[in-house]
Amino acid sequence: MLLDRRGAIRAGLAAVAALAAPAVLGQARPRVVVVGGGAGGASFARALAMGGGGGVDVTLIEPSKEYYTCFFGNLYIGGFVEFASLGHSYAGLAVNHAINVVHDWALAIDRDPRQVVLAGGGRVPYDRLVLSPGIDFIEGAIPGWDIAAEARMPHAYKGGTQVALLKAQVAAMPQGGVFALVAPPNPYRCPPGPYERVSMIAHHLRATNPTAKILIFEPKEAFAKQQLFEAGWSDHYPGMIEVLPDAFTGGVERVDAAAMEIVAGGEVTRVDAACVIGPQRAGRIVQVAGLTDATGWAPIDPFTMRARADPFVTVLGDSAQPGDMPKSAFAANSQAKVAAMAILVDLLEAPGFAPRYANVCWSLIDTDDCVRIGAAFAPTPEKIATVDGSAFLSAVGEDAETRRTNYLASLAWYAAITNDMFA
Amino acid sequence: MTTIIPRVRVPATAAPGEIVRIRTLLTHPMETGRRKGPDGVVVPRWIVTRFVAAFAGETIVSVEIDPAIAANPYFEFDARLEASGVFTFRWTDDIGAVYEVTQDIVVG
Repeated sequence: MLLDRRGAIRAGLAAVAALAAPAVLGQARPRVVVVGGGAGGASFARALAMGGGGGVDVTLIEPSKEYYTCFFGNLYIGGFVEFASLGHSYAGLAVNHAINVVHDWALAIDRDPRQVVLAGGGRVPYDRLVLSPGIDFIEGAIPGWDIAAEARMPHAYKGGTQVALLKAQVAAMPQGGVFALVAPPNPYRCPPGPYERVSMIAHHLRATNPTAKILIFEPKEAFAKQQLFEAGWSDHYPGMIEVLPDAFTGGVERVDAAAMEIVAGGEVTRVDAACVIGPQRAGRIVQVAGLTDATGWAPIDPFTMRARADPFVTVLGDSAQPGDMPKSAFAANSQAKVAAMAILVDLLEAPGFAPRYANVCWSLIDTDDCVRIGAAFAPTPEKIATVDGSAFLSAVGEDAETRRTNYLASLAWYAAITNDMFA
Repeated sequence: MTTIIPRVRVPATAAPGEIVRIRTLLTHPMETGRRKGPDGVVVPRWIVTRFVAAFAGETIVSVEIDPAIAANPYFEFDARLEASGVFTFRWTDDIGAVYEVTQDIVVG
């Protein structure tokens, strides 16, 4: 019956309380366990602890002791922010919000009797579970590109040391060398991310290695903010960047990280540094929990972010099928707020209101030249849908002050979302 | 200054009468002359206006290109060949530059 519900508000609080009662009213406090401490999970844990006013026991399972944001990693590559500034401690969640932060790896979900199995051997029982593990790469999707190959051809798409590695490898390119980015097929995390990354690498190379070239192996017919990036590249990095669509190359067949070769349509391209962002799917724990469908992502109830396959489990962020929303930190944070409200309505009979979602993605092309895309979203029974008339996108040829204002807004957003995750 | 890079993909060999796919890509900004740059000044028009592919000296594809065509024009076409020969691909833009690539194919 929970599965059929289209959001707590529509169903009515009485029905919710009746369903929830057997699970939680016999305990002192209901237990909510969160797997994954990123933009979805950390935002959710903090929002739930704050909204629950001590009425909910919140456990966050996250293997990293310090979180390095994937977002703004490109700005680090471009030299606009320091690596250390991307790192954030979980201490605030423990100290300020009494969240039990468990640094372990969730191996499996035992959906009956509702326990998380940890790599360290422990089991954590839950009344409600929230999974926000981000993305995983589909193993074997690009022959030759595996975990070992990621040392020479990093994805740098989950934040942290991979991003530092990529920056170091770009910096070590010989004069006039070739950098290649293998872009992912849809759907994937942060649609403009690969192209902001190319912009930031071009920004670095223009100053240090101006005869270097950048090749993008592109599986999509079109990519996010394409006209904005193309105009920006033409303005700032003329002649440096080439996009090689699969239609032309025949598609990347394999890579050889030892020889630094990318093979597309039978033609071998030798490169000096490379970033391979492979095809993606929901994080492993969502897969092994059995919450994904044939797409590799988890279908969710658009009103609550609950998994279609299990009403006791919520899936947030990149692992979920977000309807019209892109996979982004902004989107995951927005979904976390909706999910926290839905669970508080569910467990504590807290007041709820009509869920709304939002997203904005900024992309820096060059110093003070920042473009943005965004929209508001609302749930329908089928999907999270764009609110008519809410979508916006930077315009080609707009003035420099607008672009600079976008950049300042992106800095303010970074401070705000990391505060919302960790403060 | 922008370096314009023409690229083509032509099979090295084909059987007589076989239909082969020819693919061409010119990385070119295709500036329409209607866009302002970061300095607020209109970026001058600079587009490819013509693409011609020839085989053994005979024109087989000829395309007139207008500003509505996006950056980095990509053309592909099929050709049925009865004998070996040389493809010539030539793009001409409105600042008078010509970009040309030749590619052999062995038929037999």
